[in-house]
Amino acid sequence: MNTHDNGAKNTLLTPGNVITAIILLVGLFITVLRFTKGIGSVTALDDNNPWGIWISFDLLCGVVLAAGGYTTTSAYYLFGLKHFRSAVRPAITSAFLGYAFVVFALHYDVGQPWRLVYPIFVSQGTTSILFEVGLCVFLYVTVLAIEFSPAVWEWLGIKKLRSLVLPLTIPLTILGVILSTMHQSSLGALYLIAPSKMHPLWYSSFIPVFFFISSMFAGMSMVIFEGILAHKGLHGKMDALHLKQADGVVLAFGKASAFVMMGYLFIRFYGVAMDNNFKYLFTGYGLWFLVETIGFVALPAFLYAMGARERNVSLMKIAAVITVLGVVLNRFNVSQVAFNYQLDASERYFPHWMEIGVSVFVVTLIITAYRFICTKMPVMYEHPEYKDAH
Amino acid sequence: MQRRKFLTLMSAAGLGAALSPASANAAATTSFNGHPEAVGVLHDSVRCIGCRKCEEGCFKVNGQDLPAFKNDPSAQRPDFADLEVLNKKRRTNCNTYTVVNRYQTEKGPVYRKLQCNHCQEPACASACFVKAFVKTPEGPVVYKPELCVGCRYCMVACPFYVPTYDYGSAWNPLVYKCTMCAPRIAKGQLPGCVEACPKEALVFGKRTDLINIARERIQKNPELYDAKVFGESEMGGTNWLYLSPVQHTELAQPELGKTSAPELTSGALGAVAMVAGIWPVLLGGAYAINKRRTKMAQEEAKEAVTTAVATTREEAEAKLQKALAKAEKDKDAAVAREVKKAREEAIQETEAKFAPPQAPDGESTPEDASGKEGDA
Ligand code: SF4
Ligand code: SF4
Ligand code: SF4
Repeated sequence: MNTHDNGAKNTLLTPGNVITAIILLVGLFITVLRFTKGIGSVTALDDNNPWGIWISFDLLCGVVLAAGGYTTTSAYYLFGLKHFRSAVRPAITSAFLGYAFVVFALHYDVGQPWRLVYPIFVSQGTTSILFEVGLCVFLYVTVLAIEFSPAVWEWLGIKKLRSLVLPLTIPLTILGVILSTMHQSSLGALYLIAPSKMHPLWYSSFIPVFFFISSMFAGMSMVIFEGILAHKGLHGKMDALHLKQADGVVLAFGKASAFVMMGYLFIRFYGVAMDNNFKYLFTGYGLWFLVETIGFVALPAFLYAMGARERNVSLMKIAAVITVLGVVLNRFNVSQVAFNYQLDASERYFPHWMEIGVSVFVVTLIITAYRFICTKMPVMYEHPEYKDAH
Repeated sequence: MQRRKFLTLMSAAGLGAALSPASANAAATTSFNGHPEAVGVLHDSVRCIGCRKCEEGCFKVNGQDLPAFKNDPSAQRPDFADLEVLNKKRRTNCNTYTVVNRYQTEKGPVYRKLQCNHCQEPACASACFVKAFVKTPEGPVVYKPELCVGCRYCMVACPFYVPTYDYGSAWNPLVYKCTMCAPRIAKGQLPGCVEACPKEALVFGKRTDLINIARERIQKNPELYDAKVFGESEMGGTNWLYLSPVQHTELAQPELGKTSAPELTSGALGAVAMVAGIWPVLLGGAYAINKRRTKMAQEEAKEAVTTAVATTREEAEAKLQKALAKAEKDKDAAVAREVKKAREEAIQETEAKFAPPQAPDGESTPEDASGKEGDA
């Protein structure tokens, strides 16, 4: 660990750092442009396509991929899966960062970000699904901030604040699940209002349920996926407990994902059957629907199940990567492929490179922040002074 | 035990999932038939000649509010006499509240005017999370720019692709759409477009009257008109109504059900209360069960230790007695001391062996352990 750190200090010009710096510079450039020349100067959005990848990726994917927070905390604190102990802090950390940056990214997308608090404090549009999303995300960011804070207090050595927060763990965990259930499903419910604009294969009155259920396995798979990344970059920061429990977490979450994904597949097709949409399966959209559901749900679910049976952790890691990609694909399918499907090709949306630039910028910020936190604060390891008082 | 935990997890999740669709289907909203006095406009495509005079009339009364002209009176105004634009499909934008499009049909070219339909139960108003859109009892759906955050969900929600956005503005981007000329109506004037129409293809009036007029026209000339009055029931009905010589879908009107926007989302909104009510109970229950199980396991362990220690103590005691008896016999005090030490050691050893888990969550089930070790 030490030699590694020293090596990094000696030369800042590692390829990784250079790429990060370039991304950050480009991001700043686009940011200036966005806030001085307007949304139109950096996006391909128009009157038919008001929501682009800043919604599809930064909001929809951002939120669903941060679901690891509620799945892990409830597995450990509520369902008593004790060997998840070492996974809790990393999951809360990445969930907190994920949500914080969802809110950050929204400042680019909405026209008047300085009014983002209006729905909560000025004029409550309670009939709006977006109001529910906004309120839940606002509350949940707060919950995550509190759940995450002990790492900060331990790092700074402020024992008082830490002991103030700890008794709140269980209520906060329950509140976190409630809020997650609501806004994960509500993100899908956003599209309920526009049946005529959505391709029937992706429109269903079940869409909130689809979004919620998929958030469960997305969250679990993300925990596994982040584990893979963290073991590459932050191995030195992990303590013995973390390393010992890591495979157990993969096995348990992988197995759970397999079950949930089977159920999810069933209701996806049940939705098609209920609305009698089978005829669409034999069109181009139908093929794409099958790619999404079979290739990116059934396949990884099968791999998870195989991995669980053979106790093959690497196979489950592959499954996790495919699952995460599949959930991203689903969110794009709902918000971009299915939405406005009936418009002419010339009226459809394709992102401007600067929109992608902002999304890459945001992801880079998250990773940078995560690395910073994990090197400074007790996330991957337990603070020696508080070892047993978890 | 792992399996049982897993089932707890699954059933809790399944129940949560089962709730939403049920309530989504069962949600009943009171049916709303519109404000009785609300006004609207009827556009008759049989009469419309596609002259774009309504577009010009709209610009005349609203031009000063449009972003391109608001701050720049010298900006070049559109040429409304140019009929070439009818060759391509147009839509409204932040500088144009209304457009007329031409559609080629078996009855020749047919024109249809596009603008906000001022729905009776507007999707835009239902979608707006700051109530920036309001359906007034008088008819118009009006916009409050001072509230708008610019999330553009109204644009996603509107089934008619009506609200538009001023993407070019950095500091005050807003949504723009036809106002039904609400300020003019309030003054007793006609909407700009209606006033400008040379063919009386636009009729302004109470919505209920407009429906009667429309039906009458269809009845009088059934060969000229499609039997449907578009807007009568679409998504709860609109205050802007349409007559057409051909099927309305040929004029690019969307195929919409009768279900209004609020009805489409009320189920999901209703499920919120369910989630908020039931999750704490389920999750609190799961937590309590697991906590109790942990406690019971700990108690069991403690009991086992106590018994073990007691047994050892008894055995040691017996040994001691025997040894003491022997020592007595041998009158060897040194031996007695040794034996006493051995007894203490035996007790300590047993206690250490059966020591309860130190941390409350240090409990690990046999399955858990095998699961981890099997792969490590
Ligand atoms: S047509 Fe669209 S913008 Fe106009 S009232 Fe209806 S939903 Fe709102
Ligand atoms: S863009 Fe403005 S008017 Fe439209 S939904 Fe958002 S806040 Fe409401
Ligand atoms: S009602 Fe007024 S704002 Fe609407 S299209 Fe007619 S003139 Fe324009």
